[in-house]
Amino acid sequence: MSGFDWQFFVEVLIGGLLSGVMYSLVAIGFVLIYKTSGVLNFAQGAMLLFAALTFVSLVERGVPFALALIITFAVMVVIGIAIERVVLRPLTNRSPMTLFMATLGLSYILEGAAQLIWGTQVHGLDLGIDDVPFEVGGVLISQFDLFAAAIAAALVLFLSVFFRYTRVGLAFRAVADDQFAALAVGLRLPRIWATVWAVAGLVALVAGLLWGARLGVQFSLSLVVLKALPVLVLGGFDSIPGAIVGGLLIGATEKLAEVYIGEYFGGGTESWFAYVVALAFLLIRPSGIFGQKLVERV
Amino acid sequence: MTVATFEASAPFHIPRWLAPFVVLSFAYIAVPFIGTNYLFEAILLPFLALSLAGVGLNILTGYAGQVSLGSAAFLAVGAFAAYNFNLRIEGLPLIGSIILSGFVAAAIGIVFGLPSLRLKGFYLAVSTLAAQFFVQWALTKFSWFSNDSASGVIDAPSLSIAGIAFNGAVGRYIFSLTIVSLLTFFAYRLVSSQTGRNFIAVRDNETAARIIGVPVLKTKLIAFAISSFIIGVAGVLWAFTYLRTVEPAGFNLDRSFQILFIIILGGLASIRGAFFGAALLVVSPLILSRLGSFLFGDLFNSGVLDMSQRIVLGALIILFLILEPDGLVSLWDRIRKRSVARLNKRKHVGRAAQPTQ
Repeated sequence: MSGFDWQFFVEVLIGGLLSGVMYSLVAIGFVLIYKTSGVLNFAQGAMLLFAALTFVSLVERGVPFALALIITFAVMVVIGIAIERVVLRPLTNRSPMTLFMATLGLSYILEGAAQLIWGTQVHGLDLGIDDVPFEVGGVLISQFDLFAAAIAAALVLFLSVFFRYTRVGLAFRAVADDQFAALAVGLRLPRIWATVWAVAGLVALVAGLLWGARLGVQFSLSLVVLKALPVLVLGGFDSIPGAIVGGLLIGATEKLAEVYIGEYFGGGTESWFAYVVALAFLLIRPSGIFGQKLVERV
Repeated sequence: MTVATFEASAPFHIPRWLAPFVVLSFAYIAVPFIGTNYLFEAILLPFLALSLAGVGLNILTGYAGQVSLGSAAFLAVGAFAAYNFNLRIEGLPLIGSIILSGFVAAAIGIVFGLPSLRLKGFYLAVSTLAAQFFVQWALTKFSWFSNDSASGVIDAPSLSIAGIAFNGAVGRYIFSLTIVSLLTFFAYRLVSSQTGRNFIAVRDNETAARIIGVPVLKTKLIAFAISSFIIGVAGVLWAFTYLRTVEPAGFNLDRSFQILFIIILGGLASIRGAFFGAALLVVSPLILSRLGSFLFGDLFNSGVLDMSQRIVLGALIILFLILEPDGLVSLWDRIRKRSVARLNKRKHVGRAAQPTQ
């Protein structure tokens, strides 16, 4: 124990922050839907799997990259609209917990369907980025992680511009603010919900491609949803900045804990550490970092 | 909930003790004679364990309104605790280790129920996942729990109480049936007691409950404790009477969801509902696999079966939430009321008043 290895610490920290970005990416999909329709969409992970699996299977069948991207996006839009029609609309005005359970069912359907259509084997996904670490001031940084972070930043930028400067975005914010008022001024809720689910599909596609490139496209991809949940709890279910900050916090603490204190627990703490961090935090601030105070919705 | 109270004046009267009496005497006397080995091993034993787990979760989620996504953790705690009590305490009777393991599950339930004192709704639901992951990790990581066996697998001990062994399929069925019946009876009494009413008050309106003097925090922790106790014992049944060999990986998130699905399909806040839901959940995959191989032949292999089971289960959940939010129980009650009404009609043709309930 002669002196603390700062260089190694920084390396672990940066690695953690960058993987945190990947968590945020999944969490943003949740936040979009929760904000506008009050549904905690457990099926976000299944949508991610569905998107990634569809894309990979198309590419493997010789469809060009860009075209596959467009087709997959179209498929996700269709799924979003179908979900609004078949699941959400009949459940209008039911308790948020009922809607949550419906999305649990939805995730089973999507996971089953994705693998029934495209098979259960593991697909590799190459986005054309080398995963070679490069060195900045003696600290190794993964190129792929940096690329993922850039994509996430671009996505967040796109979403904020979309929400701030377009009419649809304005409508989204109105619905998120007050559903009844939005309905009263003539906004069409079903259409907005369908759009939100389609946008969440887009987020799922982006996250699915990045996670798929990292882990391989397979069933376990839909389990990244479990990584995003503590991020949401930490950041608040209805805040995009919260999702990002929460993701970074969880990513960093998780990696640092695994490296520095994991050995005392016999390792493998990643499966639950994020939840403990989120819980400890919640006991101090029950609505997360940026969440609205009102959490008494159930 | 019981038809008898509504139709006390109706001509065709069913006393409320009759249905459980008939079901139990059928289950104890007729089933052991007519049942095949397949019926016990593949249907009745998992059905009983899952039903009990459903009863436990229903107390927490259906009655007290605290959604838990970590039920499988308490199944695992129960199973592994009973295994260790049985292994390590010399001369402790089996029933003793089952009861003790229920208390261990209850204690763990209280620990993971603590967040419910500050969190509500989704935040609480997500925090119960902590139990799920932590327990599974601890059981896999520390081989002490499984007596240093490879990958945490434990084998069930021989089941015997007061010198009578319950090791055959029928014996294990009777063993399981007895425990499930006792705990279900207890659950019935509980939900109609003051504590049960406190659960419902906390579920329906926490603030109002607090105003009329319900100790909200204590009530929540009691709900977590009792629910975990019952789920823990269900875990013992799952491990000792049904599977006989279990590993921590068997108590994964899918199992937790399965138990949640049982109470959604069967009916929230209904003890009977857990049995209906468990029956549907145990039987439907078997029907689906028969039907699939009948319709599609070899095309319907195990992979396809697995996936279509997921799809069917998911679709069932959504369908029930939309069409029958109170679950199979309310469907059953409607059918029964209708047939009772029809019976009365036939018996008393010409009478003016029809019971409307």
